[in-house]
Formats: sequence, structure tokens, C-alpha cells
Amino acid sequence: MSLSGAWYLGLAAVVFSIGTLGLLVRRNVLVMFMCVELMLNAVNLTFVTFSRMLDDIGGQALVFFTLVVAAAEVVVGLGIVVAIFRRRRSATADDFHIMRG
Amino acid sequence: MLHAAYLMPLLPLAGFVVLAALGRRLGDPWAGWLGTATVAGSFVVACVVYAGLLAKAVPQRSFVQTLFTWIPVGGLQVKSALLIDPLSMTMALFVTGVSSLIHLYSIGYMKGDRDYPKFFLYLNLFVASMLLLVLADNLLFTFVGWEGVGVCSYWLVAFWFGRDSAASAGKKAFIYNRLADVGFLIAIFLVFSKTGTLDYKGIFSHLSLIGGGTGTAICLLLFVAAAGKSAQLPLFPWLADAMEGPTPVSALIHAATMVTAGVYLMCRISPLLAHAHDAQLVVASIGAVTAFVAATIGCAQQDIKKVLAYSTVSQLGYMFLAVGLGAYEAAIFLMVAHAFFKALLFLGAGSVIHGLHDEQDLKRMGNLRRYMKLTFFTFGIGTLAIAGIPPLSGFFAKGDILDNAFARYPVLWAIGLVTAALTAYYMTRLVALAFYGDDRWRDASGGASGGHNGGAEPHEGPWVMALPLVVLAVLAFFGGVLHLPWHPSWNPLGWLGPVFGSALYEAHQSSGTQWALAIVDAVIALVGLGVAFSLWSRRAERPGLEPVVLQRAYFLDDVYDAVIGRPGQAFAQFCATVIEAKVIDGAVNGVGRLTRAAGGSLRRVQTGFVRQYALGIVLGAVVLLAWMLSRAVS
Repeated sequence: MSLSGAWYLGLAAVVFSIGTLGLLVRRNVLVMFMCVELMLNAVNLTFVTFSRMLDDIGGQALVFFTLVVAAAEVVVGLGIVVAIFRRRRSATADDFHIMRG
Repeated sequence: MLHAAYLMPLLPLAGFVVLAALGRRLGDPWAGWLGTATVAGSFVVACVVYAGLLAKAVPQRSFVQTLFTWIPVGGLQVKSALLIDPLSMTMALFVTGVSSLIHLYSIGYMKGDRDYPKFFLYLNLFVASMLLLVLADNLLFTFVGWEGVGVCSYWLVAFWFGRDSAASAGKKAFIYNRLADVGFLIAIFLVFSKTGTLDYKGIFSHLSLIGGGTGTAICLLLFVAAAGKSAQLPLFPWLADAMEGPTPVSALIHAATMVTAGVYLMCRISPLLAHAHDAQLVVASIGAVTAFVAATIGCAQQDIKKVLAYSTVSQLGYMFLAVGLGAYEAAIFLMVAHAFFKALLFLGAGSVIHGLHDEQDLKRMGNLRRYMKLTFFTFGIGTLAIAGIPPLSGFFAKGDILDNAFARYPVLWAIGLVTAALTAYYMTRLVALAFYGDDRWRDASGGASGGHNGGAEPHEGPWVMALPLVVLAVLAFFGGVLHLPWHPSWNPLGWLGPVFGSALYEAHQSSGTQWALAIVDAVIALVGLGVAFSLWSRRAERPGLEPVVLQRAYFLDDVYDAVIGRPGQAFAQFCATVIEAKVIDGAVNGVGRLTRAAGGSLRRVQTGFVRQYALGIVLGAVVLLAWMLSRAVS
């Protein structure tokens, strides 16, 4: 059986909202990262959905870019987190506000 | 033979290049000999070209040698070309001839100077530029030479730039000349816009395209340029200050060559000038008035070189008078004669200054005829020549101009005649003060004059300084044979006639009138001479005859200072204190202050909490989304 595109879009919206909410309310940096990943993948899902609906390969191609960028971002982000953790023994985002203007 | 013409400017230019590269290594005196040799070579080439030109039939005596196309831009085709015709060759001959003598003299005069090679470097570049000016085939190429002599004159006047007065005199000469050059440039633009060409033959064959008003404007603008270069009213004060340069420079630039460039330019554009009667009258009047004014100033100067400087201004006034009358041949005649006797006088003055160890004040000279016999003798010939005593060159040259003036504008003739008397007066005064009377330089030795070494007797210079004096004295004496009245069969200057053609004005007077005028000239010169000699040969101090107004040159410098200098300084002061400090600095500081204030209030946004930023991004995205949705719905 096949579901209509709207279901996929709805799922993507839900996942995106969960990710956003998680990003705003959680303090652990690693969890915030996971939330960002949720948001990114929700968007990927919409891309693929629209690609199927509109019969356009462009959306699927764009997903690859998103994946690559997300992977790179995670590498950098985790590197920073590890470096900070070594120094401060903490992974709580609110503890790091030395860049306050 | 004519094709060697390009060598004339090229030789001194090559000398300049070699001296620029190797001058220091050549040193004293070889740098001087090299410079002299190139200019003398140029003189030889000029003689050869002159002979080649004479060998041709009269109508063919005009020849254009194109070197290369300089500016090929659409409708503007400027060629780097030389125009060889009787007028340019006359100029080239006496420019190179007199310059060679002055170069030779400088070898002795500049001996021991710290910048000896540099001096000859400038001199060579100067001669090259002057030849370019004279030989150029179009207005723009002439302008290159015109600017070249201007900048060389600046370097040479300010040659001893360690002295404040020399440095500022150089600047003064340059600024006056630049002011006048504006006229030249605008004239070039006007000519091009009307005729579409800049070379002389092209312009003169398109004279009908230039309207009467424009023609007058072009002539007057070129006259502005000429008045600056040739030191006419109201632009003459720079020439007196230019005497700060070494004396050979005064002789070369401010007597023989550069200052005649203006007269040459006016002669060159004679076909244009012939159609602009108003411009002619202006030129003639300014010339006559300048001649008179400068002569009166010359009567009261104390510095031997300043007397000669004002005398130069005065003689140039005569030349412009002749140009304005249309008597171009007479103008060239006086120019050539003037080159001889004025170079002689300047070199003689240099000899005096050299002999007295850099003393220039006439009141501290006296009785030098005992000590400097050769200088006295040659200087005396120069004086008699410029004063117009027959049968020396000045008598015929000045007489020629005055005859023409008498026939055309009697008022200007009267001014010229009075000036002739003044000329004889101030020159005799100079000779009486310098060569007669008591040995005043003996008392002066302990005085304030810096370079004077007390006790030493005045002495003649080396042979390189004496030889030019003798040659120039001979030329000044016999220069009159170039254009004798009453003898139409013998008239070497008459070859200029075809250049001017119908533009040339020649007074046709009965021989009785000519004799009468000649006698009047001679008598008035003798009167001036006699009066001055009886007044000044025994007494050096006559304050009544040297009023301050004449000593200060009618306060012209003070007037310029008050009218232009001080307002200019006040404006500069205003710019410095108000515009610079308040407006410019205010704007710069204001931008800085604004940025700081904005930064100070905006920095609170940066809290350092990552989640707060994330909230900001989300809220922003929501707002954007809401806005787009609302637009999509409506």
C-alpha cells in the first residue's frame, strides 16, 4: 500500500518540531546536537517527499548535500564539545557564556 | 643637408642623458666640456642646415621633417615634427650660438661648485627644450619645449637651493610661468576645436574657419602665455627674482633665449595675429608700457643683475611693441641684437661678481676699470649697444622698431623714445657706479656681505670666461649689419620676409624722415648717457633719484602679496583651522563615535547563551513564516 505525500510531510513537521523544542529546552550539548540532527533529517524527509510528489530528482540530490554538511558539522561540533569537556568537565550549554558581549 | 635638422635638439639631449648617467664620474671640468661640446655641435648643425636652406630658392625655404607620429587619436593627429624655415633657423642659430658661448663661460664661472655636473645637465636639457620649442612644427610640440624650458628655468634659478631666497625665486618663476601656460593650453584647445589640426601650416591654411572673435581670443591667450614667459606686464616680477640663479643662467635664460620664446611664439602665429587687430593693439600697448615701466624701475636698482633684469624686461617690451605693429622683422632683429649685447652684459656682470667674490651691490663697487680692463671694455661696448649709440647694433635694432612705431602709432613711438633715453640713463648709471668713482669695495670688505674676502684686488676670470666676452662684444658691435636701413641690397634678415608674407608691416618713409628719426634716436641716447654719467660717475649716493617706489618696482610684489598672497594664505588658514579641523576631522570622528555608541548598545544582545541565540533564530523563522503565509493567503 502506499501512503499519500501528506503523511510524510506531517511526519517531517512533527520530527522538526520535536527537534526544535529539544534544541530550545535541553541543556546538554550532545542532546542539542541530536536535536539539530532531527531537524535536518526532517527537512531531508520533506525534500524526498516533494521530490517524489513533483517527480523531480533535484530534491533527492539536495539531500546528499545536506547529509554531507550535517556530517561535517557534527565532526566539528563534537570536536569542540570534546575540547571543552576536557577543560571544563561539563557539557552543559549554559555554562559556556564567556563570549558575552 | 636639411635632413640633419633633427640633430639640433638631439645633441644637447644626448648630452643631458650622458651627464645624467655619468656626470658625477666626469666631474669638474670634463662634464662642462662635454656639455659645451654638444651645444657647439648643435650650433655647427644649425650652420649646416642654414647653408642648406640658403641654397634653396626663396619659395622653397620651408621644410618639415617628421620624426614620428606622437599622438594618433582619431581626429587628433599630432606629429613629432620639426619645421625648418627662415624664422625657426634664425632662432636656432642664435640660441645655439649664444648658448655655446655661455656654456664655455660657465666652465670657468662654475668651477669648484659642488653640483658642477648637475649645472651642465640642466643647461643641456634647457638648450634641447629651447630648440624643440623653436623648431617644433605644431602648437602641442611647441608646448612641450615651452614647458621644458619652464622647468629647467625653475631648476636653474633655484640652483643654489640652500639659500631660501633662491628656492623661493625658483618657485616664483615656475608659478608665474604656469599661470601663463593656462593661456597657452586654452589657446591650443580653441585652435583644435576650430580647425581640427594643430600644425602651423594646417592652422594657417584654415584661417577662414577661425572667426574674428575667436581669432582675437586665441591671439590674446597666446599673448598671456608669451607675457608670462617673456616677463611682460603684469607678469614680470619673476624675472627680477630669477637673478638668484648663477649668472650664466641669467645670461642664458633671462637674456638670450628663454625670455625671447614669447616673442618667437607671437612671430610664429603672425598670420593669425594679422587678422586680429585688437589683439595687435593690445600686444603693442602692453609692450610699450612694459618697456617704459621696466626702464624706470631699472633706473633705481642697486643690484647689478637686477638692473640688467629690468633692462631685459624693457627690451622685451620693445620686441612686443614691434610684434604688435606687425614689424616682425624688426622684432627678430632686436631679439638677435639683444641676445648678443644682453648676454655680453650679463657675462660681464658675472665677471665683475666673480672678480669681487660674489659682490652684486653696485654701491660697493667702483673704479673697476683700473682692475678689470677687459671686462670694462667689453661691458662698455655692450652698454653703448643697448643704449642705442650709433653705429652699434642696438641703435639700428631699436631704430627699426621706433621707425615703424612712428609710422603706425605715434603715441607708442613717444613712449618708446622716452624709454630709449631711460635705457641709456640706467645703463650708464650702472657703468658709472661699477667702473668709475672710488674703490668703494675696499670699505665694504668688512661689511655684511658674506662672500667678500677683504683686501684681495678684483681680478679677471680665466680665458674660458674672457673669450665669450670678446666674441659677444664683437657681435654686439657689428650686429647692426644684419639689417641696415638705406641699403636694401644688403639685408640678411630680409630672408625672414616670406615667412610673414602679407602679415609683415614695414613703414615706408622718405629718407629724410628716416634720417630725422635716426638723429633723434641718437641724440636722445646721448642725452641719457651724458646725464647719467655726469650724475653718477663721482657720487654713488643720490637718494632723490632712487625713490623707494622705483626701488620696490612700483610695489607690484606687495600688491600681488596683498591681493593674491594674503587672501590665499587666509583661505589656507581657514581651510586648516576650520575645514580641516572641524569639518573633515569632525566627520571622521563623528563616524567613529557613532559606531562606538551603536556597538555599546547592541553588544547587550550577545549574551553568550547558545540556546538564547537558537530561540532568536526560531522566533525569527516563525515570524518570517507567518509573514509569508499571510501574503500567500491574501
